[in-house]
Amino acid sequence: MRHAKGKPPRVGDRPAIRRTLIAVVLVTGAFFVLAPLVVIAVQAFSLGVGYFGATIAHPDTRHAIFLTAATALIAVPINTIFGIAAAWAVTKYEFWGRRFLIVIIEIPFSISPVVAGVAYLFVYGLQGLFGPMLQSAEVRVLFALPGIVLASMFVTAPFVARELIPLMQAQGRDLEEAATSLGASGWRTFFSVTLPNIKWALLYGVVLCNARVMGEFGAVSVVSGNIRGQTNTLPLHIELLYHDYNAVGAFAAASILALLAVVTIVAKVLLERQGAGRRSRPALAAPIVEAKP
Amino acid sequence: MSRRRVIPGLPLSLGITLFYVGLIIALPLGALVFKAASLGPEAYWNIISSERAVASYRVTVLSALAATVFNLVFGLALAWVLVRYSFPGRRLVDAIVDLPFALPTAVAGIALTTLFAPNGWFGAPLMDAGIRVAYTPIGIMIAMAFTSLPFIVRTVQPVLEDLDPAFEEAAQSLGGNDAAIFARVILPLLWPALLAGTSLAFARSLGEFGAIIFIAGNQPFSTEITALLAFIRLEEYDYPAAAAIASVMLIAAFVMLAVTNILQARALRYTART
Repeated sequence: MRHAKGKPPRVGDRPAIRRTLIAVVLVTGAFFVLAPLVVIAVQAFSLGVGYFGATIAHPDTRHAIFLTAATALIAVPINTIFGIAAAWAVTKYEFWGRRFLIVIIEIPFSISPVVAGVAYLFVYGLQGLFGPMLQSAEVRVLFALPGIVLASMFVTAPFVARELIPLMQAQGRDLEEAATSLGASGWRTFFSVTLPNIKWALLYGVVLCNARVMGEFGAVSVVSGNIRGQTNTLPLHIELLYHDYNAVGAFAAASILALLAVVTIVAKVLLERQGAGRRSRPALAAPIVEAKP
Repeated sequence: MSRRRVIPGLPLSLGITLFYVGLIIALPLGALVFKAASLGPEAYWNIISSERAVASYRVTVLSALAATVFNLVFGLALAWVLVRYSFPGRRLVDAIVDLPFALPTAVAGIALTTLFAPNGWFGAPLMDAGIRVAYTPIGIMIAMAFTSLPFIVRTVQPVLEDLDPAFEEAAQSLGGNDAAIFARVILPLLWPALLAGTSLAFARSLGEFGAIIFIAGNQPFSTEITALLAFIRLEEYDYPAAAAIASVMLIAAFVMLAVTNILQARALRYTART
């Protein structure tokens, strides 16, 4: 019993209920959440370390890893700058349409990645608004890196902003106002006053944004064209290997992304200890769409 | 100078924000709506009310409902166990709850398919029991339940943590047993958060793609989800159909966004009052 003597036990504290609930939840959780992680590891090495190594070292896999890393290296910094700018704009000033702008920033969370991909096709594809123009200028957006980056940026646009907005809202404007009235420039105010207060939340948003960019499948699948060794990101490469009846190869490639997921969760826990993320927010007071990292 | 304009940087930060929102979010969604609208009402209606499309809505919505009901029960139980009990490994379990969000959907898709395939760790015993999971709507449900599990846990957890023990103590002193107190005191207090989490989970399930297509079997009329149908129409170069079906998903997403916002606003008012 974890409660101090003299206090009545709370609802559900009777050992029978407690043990049953813990057992049911842990067993279901192990089957449902943990088993997928275990099966990835087991399958990836089911033909031995040599086969695993050969799959990872294959030029197509290496190119997929390169493309995924390149996408993240472009999309994540741009989204970070956008997230900071958006959070600064909507929390440090009052202007007409401010609430509406926050809702718009959150929209990509609610939209299916496939719909996002289709939407991009109608902007940059041959059937789209700019398609004919881009073709005559011989600029390739779709079925190339720019399309993959754009679709990834859409899907992860809210990640950094949604971590910063509630935090900067709660911190108010007093410190920035004091700094500016003492003569600090806008940049100096940001780097010496605001940034130290938001650094963990910022890093938290960046980590989650990166994980989602590297793992994005639906949106990228529509805009990439799936050209082997050219426009396959790692998640697309996994699909290709899997459908080529090379399940072990698919799991070997998937194990890289599974490792990324585990690293992301560890980073998340460490950053939450620094006060970032959901633990720092009052219950349900987060912005519009809560709970998706 | 007015007080609210003391901090510099409005033109730059708002400029970057509006440019990005316009180019990355508004432009593509506008292009999709424009494309769908340019079909004309009759052609649009014929595409979105075609037998195959309607069958895909049914599969998607019913599977999402089943997955959400499962998560409502399991997610609540998981949140309850994490908040109310201490046991070895509790923090580890708490961290692993986020795995479905952190694991890329394609990776989750092939892992779940392998587990539930007729010769898989779970699929083989289930087949012996006469239950086929992979390549059936049950498989779709499992993939949806996996990817949307954290929503309900993470919306209920903070409310459960902040629950004032005084409510239970009052009920206990009036002689209520645990089941009655849970049903009539605790559950009503959790209900707004549960509903908000449920609508988030349901919305996510409606749009899920990567985790589902591996396990679903993807047979038209029986195991084809709407997102896949839009994707197939694209591969067939049937752009009007792809635009129309994607626009239906877009409308569904906006409806769910509105519902979620209303539920969350209500939940907030409710927690503020109690």
